[in-house]
Amino acid sequence: MTYLAKPKLHHPQLPTNKLGYTRRDYEGAVSTLCAGCGHDSISAAIIQACFELALQPHRIAKLSGIGCSSKTPTYFLGASHGFNSVHGRMPSVLTGANLANRDLLYLGVSGDGDSASIGLGQFAHSIRRGVNMVYIVENNGVYGLTKGQFSATADRGSRSKRGALNTDASIDMIGLAMQMGATFVARSFSGDKAQLVPLIKAAITHNGAAFIDCISPCVAFNNHAGSTKSFDYVREHNDAVNRLDFITGREEITADYAPGTMEMVTQHDGSALRLRKLHTDYDPHNRISAMSYLLERDAAGEVVTGLLYVDAAPMDLHGHINTVETPLNALDESALIPGAAALEKLNASLR
Amino acid sequence: MSQPIASINDFVVKFANVNGSGSASANTLFAKTILRMGVPVASRNIFPSNIQGLPTWYEVRVSEAGHIGRRGGVDLMVAMNPQTWDQDVEEIETGGYLFYDSTKPLPKSKFRDDITVIGMPLTEICNREYTDARQRQLFKNIIYVGALGALLDLDGAAIEALLSEQFKGKDKLIQPNVHALHLGRDYALKTLKCPLDIRVKRTDAVGNRIFIDGNSAAALGAVYGGATVAAWYPITPSSSMAEAFMRHCARFRVDPETKKARYAIIQAEDELASIGIVIGAGWNGARAFTCTSGPGISLMQEFIGLAYFAEIPAVIFDVQRGGPSTGMPTRTQQSDILSCAYASHGDTKHVLLFPEDPRECFEFGALAFDLADRLQTPIFVMQDLDIGMNDWLCEPFTWDDTRRMDRGKIMTAEMLDAGKEFGRYLDVDGDGIPYRTLPGTHPTRGAYFTRGTTKNRYAKYSEEGPVYVDNMDRLIQKFETAKKLVPAPLRRNAKQPTRFGAIYFGSTTPAMKEALEALEQRGIHLDILRVRGFPFADEVLRFVAEHDKVFLVEQNRDAQLRTLLINEGSVDPARVVPVLHYDGTPITARFIIAAIAEKLSAFTVTPLRKAAP
Repeated sequence: MTYLAKPKLHHPQLPTNKLGYTRRDYEGAVSTLCAGCGHDSISAAIIQACFELALQPHRIAKLSGIGCSSKTPTYFLGASHGFNSVHGRMPSVLTGANLANRDLLYLGVSGDGDSASIGLGQFAHSIRRGVNMVYIVENNGVYGLTKGQFSATADRGSRSKRGALNTDASIDMIGLAMQMGATFVARSFSGDKAQLVPLIKAAITHNGAAFIDCISPCVAFNNHAGSTKSFDYVREHNDAVNRLDFITGREEITADYAPGTMEMVTQHDGSALRLRKLHTDYDPHNRISAMSYLLERDAAGEVVTGLLYVDAAPMDLHGHINTVETPLNALDESALIPGAAALEKLNASLR
Repeated sequence: MSQPIASINDFVVKFANVNGSGSASANTLFAKTILRMGVPVASRNIFPSNIQGLPTWYEVRVSEAGHIGRRGGVDLMVAMNPQTWDQDVEEIETGGYLFYDSTKPLPKSKFRDDITVIGMPLTEICNREYTDARQRQLFKNIIYVGALGALLDLDGAAIEALLSEQFKGKDKLIQPNVHALHLGRDYALKTLKCPLDIRVKRTDAVGNRIFIDGNSAAALGAVYGGATVAAWYPITPSSSMAEAFMRHCARFRVDPETKKARYAIIQAEDELASIGIVIGAGWNGARAFTCTSGPGISLMQEFIGLAYFAEIPAVIFDVQRGGPSTGMPTRTQQSDILSCAYASHGDTKHVLLFPEDPRECFEFGALAFDLADRLQTPIFVMQDLDIGMNDWLCEPFTWDDTRRMDRGKIMTAEMLDAGKEFGRYLDVDGDGIPYRTLPGTHPTRGAYFTRGTTKNRYAKYSEEGPVYVDNMDRLIQKFETAKKLVPAPLRRNAKQPTRFGAIYFGSTTPAMKEALEALEQRGIHLDILRVRGFPFADEVLRFVAEHDKVFLVEQNRDAQLRTLLINEGSVDPARVVPVLHYDGTPITARFIIAAIAEKLSAFTVTPLRKAAP
């Protein structure tokens, strides 16, 4: 980590997006995480995704729990409001924030220690309610901030840096998200920016609960031989089922694809996901076959990545409970308070 | 045989039922009829933590004098539950009355000879009249209301009018109910001595008061307070508040054109998520609340500390029940005062409001949202089961249509553009309250990071000692500001100068008022003060200072408000004498009178100081 403040000056010819922002406008403070931390790559991917989508930084709210991953919202989107809440409880805070103002974009950043242990319940319930959010778990299988204890996503049989054996079964966040009815489920790897950035973009434009499990090796405590969350292990066992291109508007498809290897998924906002299939028989719209495939590959020690499941016409929590289009935090007295006459009528019914 | 009790408009009727038998609506019908005759009543459900089959009681105190606290003792027992027969018969006052189902003969040993026994073959009448088992059960309740109507000289037209109102829209149910009512009434008039020496006489002592439970009233307060987000987890005795909020919102908060909801209600997975949702919504500028009871407050502690330290508006309605642990889930207490006042680890203090009845549940329920926004902190509305789940006779609700929500100090995009300095934890007005920005306000200014860790005035992370102290001291200053914003205590001086005072709060009010009248008749004079909010106003401390002894009447074992008073007001503990009622039943005037008279006699034998000249 560095103690130097990030200079505000930047090259005058940095590329800008259609709002006129440069990539720098989406950055945050300098990271205080360890050099080489996978989490910093995810922060960079978030910055890249927001820049490419030309989002207004201040219309994003970034929320997190407690832990290394939960510190990262400081390191991206400096012009956005952030909320570092309590351990494992980001999902409820995000749910409340989302209910208050449906017009902002909600980015929940959490880790495996945060979301798979104390936060498991809140993770599951926020997903099953269909809160419109991007929920990223920066998954390294280890408690970094408290120096290397196993987390609940560490695989049974994997070894800690000190050689201890993990005898507990691991919690599969992807499997849970699928079961809980997430309408967008992806897994990626912090070391694969080309895969991760389009997935984040697709998750952001998805109108429902979008979950990304991002394997993010901990260089300090979980990047050794014997770990199943190390850079080497994930690279060797990465089974990508597809590659995704995120397309805004009507971009021309120039490349030729063999039949059955490419699929376009149109989202509610008109954007499209171009899926280049690496496994032609993997169907990301069939939850049951997807879950079965994931279990199978998991048993074989493979890490399946890509867009694993997507519902092209999702409904979010606001849709389920039929709230008004105006953000609830913007309703005034005339919309909220029934007034004295209504009260007098009510009084009369209570006599 | 003792002399039967004779009393007009001043007696207690208790119904002993089995829960799940449909008796509640018949019993309410009985109570409301008396109200319609202009006679005040207080009604209380006494029920187990169970859905069907266990004993449940409904107590109606009829009091033309307007004493709506629980009295204690029973003048007429309507014994409909064989399970509790012995205890129910035992509870009747000497000279009282027992009304029972005489279908099955009972041995003489099951009765008392100092009461009047009124048997009526209810089951037999029902079996003759109805074939369906459920009808037999439900109409039995209406039949006994009909009989009681004759015995207590109730206005038959009033009962029938209430039945019509109750079944409005389901009109075909009216006639069978009226029929059952007449069955009971006619039998009683023909067979029993009617009316009894206890009876109801039409008068005009109710005025324009309304009859409602505190939870419904508090939920209505939340509607009028502008709450748009509610998150809750079912727990007795607070669930009915969340359910009432749903009902009120469905009625008042649906956009007439789009039919869409101007509210969001989430039944969360637990209390941790409930308060998390409230804090997220409050942070983002919506008015949000949760309602819970003691165990929920325990679960919420960590989050409450975050809301205190990160300064996020939140409203928590705590409908208190008997603790500790699961305690007495269906009984009443005022025993969460300390766990709310000092909720969470580290140095924390919170604003509490103490409503005395449903009317104040409404008023404080709405006010709590203004206070939460103004003070940017959690506000607790301290109800209890007695107010929350029982119908109380109280003053009607009022609302001033010119009233506007006080959204507190929110820095807008315009203010930021005008160059106003923004420091999230910067005290610019000297009241300890900083400005906040809402997420999404301005493209380049006013964004900040909310955290539970220590931060400087500009919301930047810092563990520097002076920075931490600066922030903690400002929070104390903010708490001082709260003192002037919470509802002021209400004081009433005795008719003659006295060295003794009494402090009370919440649901103790009616029992306290009644006790005071009785004590006065005995020549015992007390100045009284009702605490309505915490932090304590200076007036509370002055009140203690002005009296040799102050009785602090509360419904818990450990004298929690007294502890708070001594701790926060540096009050001499010897001056504050605890009067404590904590068996789970609502406190009675009889209890207060006995406790104060006894303690007082000890003091007056050896006076500590001479009376003021």
